Amino acid sequence: MTDTLHAPQQAIPADGGEPAPTRRTRKRSNYPMWFYAPAGVIYGALFVVPTFASFYFALTRWTIFDSEFIGLENFKTFFAEPYLFESLLNTLFYATFTSGAKVVIGLLLAVFLSSQIIARGYLRSVVFFPVLVSAVGVGVTFSVLMDPFDGLINKMLAVVGVEGPGWLTDPDLALFSVALVDVWRGVGLATLIYIAGIVAIPQEYFEAAKVDGANAWRRFWHVTLPLMRPATTTVIILSLIGGLRSFDLIWTMTKGGPGFSSDVLASVVYKQYQAGFYGLSTAGNVVLFVLVAAIVIPLFWFLNRKEVDQ
Amino acid sequence: MSIATQRSSLNRTYSRIGGLAGIIVSAVVFLVPFAFIFVTASKTRGEAALLEFSWPTEWAFVENLVEVVQSRDYILITAFINSTILTVASVAIMVIVSAMVGYVLQRRKSRWNPLINFFVLAGLIVPPAVVPTIWVMQSLGIYKTLHGLVLIEVAFGMAFCILMFRAFVSTIPRELDEAATMDGAGPVRLFFRVIFPLLRSVIVTVIVVQAVTVFNDFQNPLYFLPGDKGATVQVTLYNFQGQFSTSWNLLFMDILLITVPMLVMYIFFNRQIVAGMTSGAVKG
Repeated sequence: MTDTLHAPQQAIPADGGEPAPTRRTRKRSNYPMWFYAPAGVIYGALFVVPTFASFYFALTRWTIFDSEFIGLENFKTFFAEPYLFESLLNTLFYATFTSGAKVVIGLLLAVFLSSQIIARGYLRSVVFFPVLVSAVGVGVTFSVLMDPFDGLINKMLAVVGVEGPGWLTDPDLALFSVALVDVWRGVGLATLIYIAGIVAIPQEYFEAAKVDGANAWRRFWHVTLPLMRPATTTVIILSLIGGLRSFDLIWTMTKGGPGFSSDVLASVVYKQYQAGFYGLSTAGNVVLFVLVAAIVIPLFWFLNRKEVDQ
Repeated sequence: MSIATQRSSLNRTYSRIGGLAGIIVSAVVFLVPFAFIFVTASKTRGEAALLEFSWPTEWAFVENLVEVVQSRDYILITAFINSTILTVASVAIMVIVSAMVGYVLQRRKSRWNPLINFFVLAGLIVPPAVVPTIWVMQSLGIYKTLHGLVLIEVAFGMAFCILMFRAFVSTIPRELDEAATMDGAGPVRLFFRVIFPLLRSVIVTVIVVQAVTVFNDFQNPLYFLPGDKGATVQVTLYNFQGQFSTSWNLLFMDILLITVPMLVMYIFFNRQIVAGMTSGAVKG
């Protein structure tokens, strides 16, 4: 521990290098390690231990009383049963679609909402507010709005002469509809992150581009877009993490149905848990863990490396 | 000169037309769903069943409010009390323990730092393992208890708070710590009397963002606090969805009731919410 202690009177080098400890200045640090303890205990018991335990319990047939080691049986079941395996593909589709849509729509909205238009503050508030509404509230509301016969969306489409589909009742469409609602709810956050990025661009860049004769489109393409890379990284990573773990909205809107057509990993975990297959449920959790780690960590590394290169 | 005036009038046209188009589109896409919640919550049962987007012919706002509050033995009141306790307790604990971690993590360079930073990032990314968590909670005797759920929310929300605090502590000069130490303050006094008050602005941000998150949380109460006694507002709404499938007026009244606190928060803490949620840069 001696190497971590330092004399409080001494100026600390900015790079965090340690001043050489001497016998005389050895005393209790200003920044005691036990400050980590309360958080560490809660986090360790309720997050770290269960996460490590999940790797063992995923390999067992488990009732809450006892567990029997069965090797990779649960994972075999998981990848052999079409409805379980499909949830993996659905999760991937859901996460990619929602984060892609949030990037594109969020960026366009941000460019629009940081240009000189009337009612800008009002428009920003309106776009952002759904982020604060609970997923359950949004889910219930949209499952009513998306009702195939009485729903407001199809009634509005009927007015313009389009026959609306069964948004949540058509197995081919249900997951896509939920993803659309997810975008509706989450795009405000992406927009705000982009607005913060656009506001930070020095005006001189745009003026210089203007002097060079760049039109609005070229200014967007060659000035705004390249400088939006950090914001895009943030939006992609945040919405991928959210999308891969997504449960609330899917569960309140479709419960994974019709059939298993809109099941994602998180809803499978819940269904298997309800059915009492704790081992299989935990295996689903481990699959989700691996998926999130396998996608987010390389992406994080890749996107951040690109930033440094510039 | 003439080009300049031409351009400025062009800009003014864009400003008006763009803004107007924005208002119309945003009204259809974003306001109609909320207006729909409000009008349906104000209708009588029969009229609400038509699911039409229309002004109520007969206002039943107060009746619906009373009925939804009284339904199932005042479960909504229980739910609001539970949600309030859950939100206040978990956010308070989260703020204090994460501020302590963020502070020491920023100030003290030790060989444990990389490991702690790793755990913090893991906390943002890794999806919690559900059944093993229940197993741990059962062996600790806190499964299906409100204080158990409070600790769960603390554990899952901590990572974000620590990052926010760590970033903010780095803006507080170390000379301040040294001055306080010279005046004889020990580590506890230094933190709680000198540093903690300086964190005020980031504390407000963290409180607001986490309060919204915990209040809106559905998945954790569903797993870790099942049963009517511990129902939170989100779980209650979810249960109402099944029970009130014929009384849309009551269902939407419930949605309205749980949305209003968020609206109030947004009106009062607009700046903090935006600051906290767009600090995603530190989140990643």
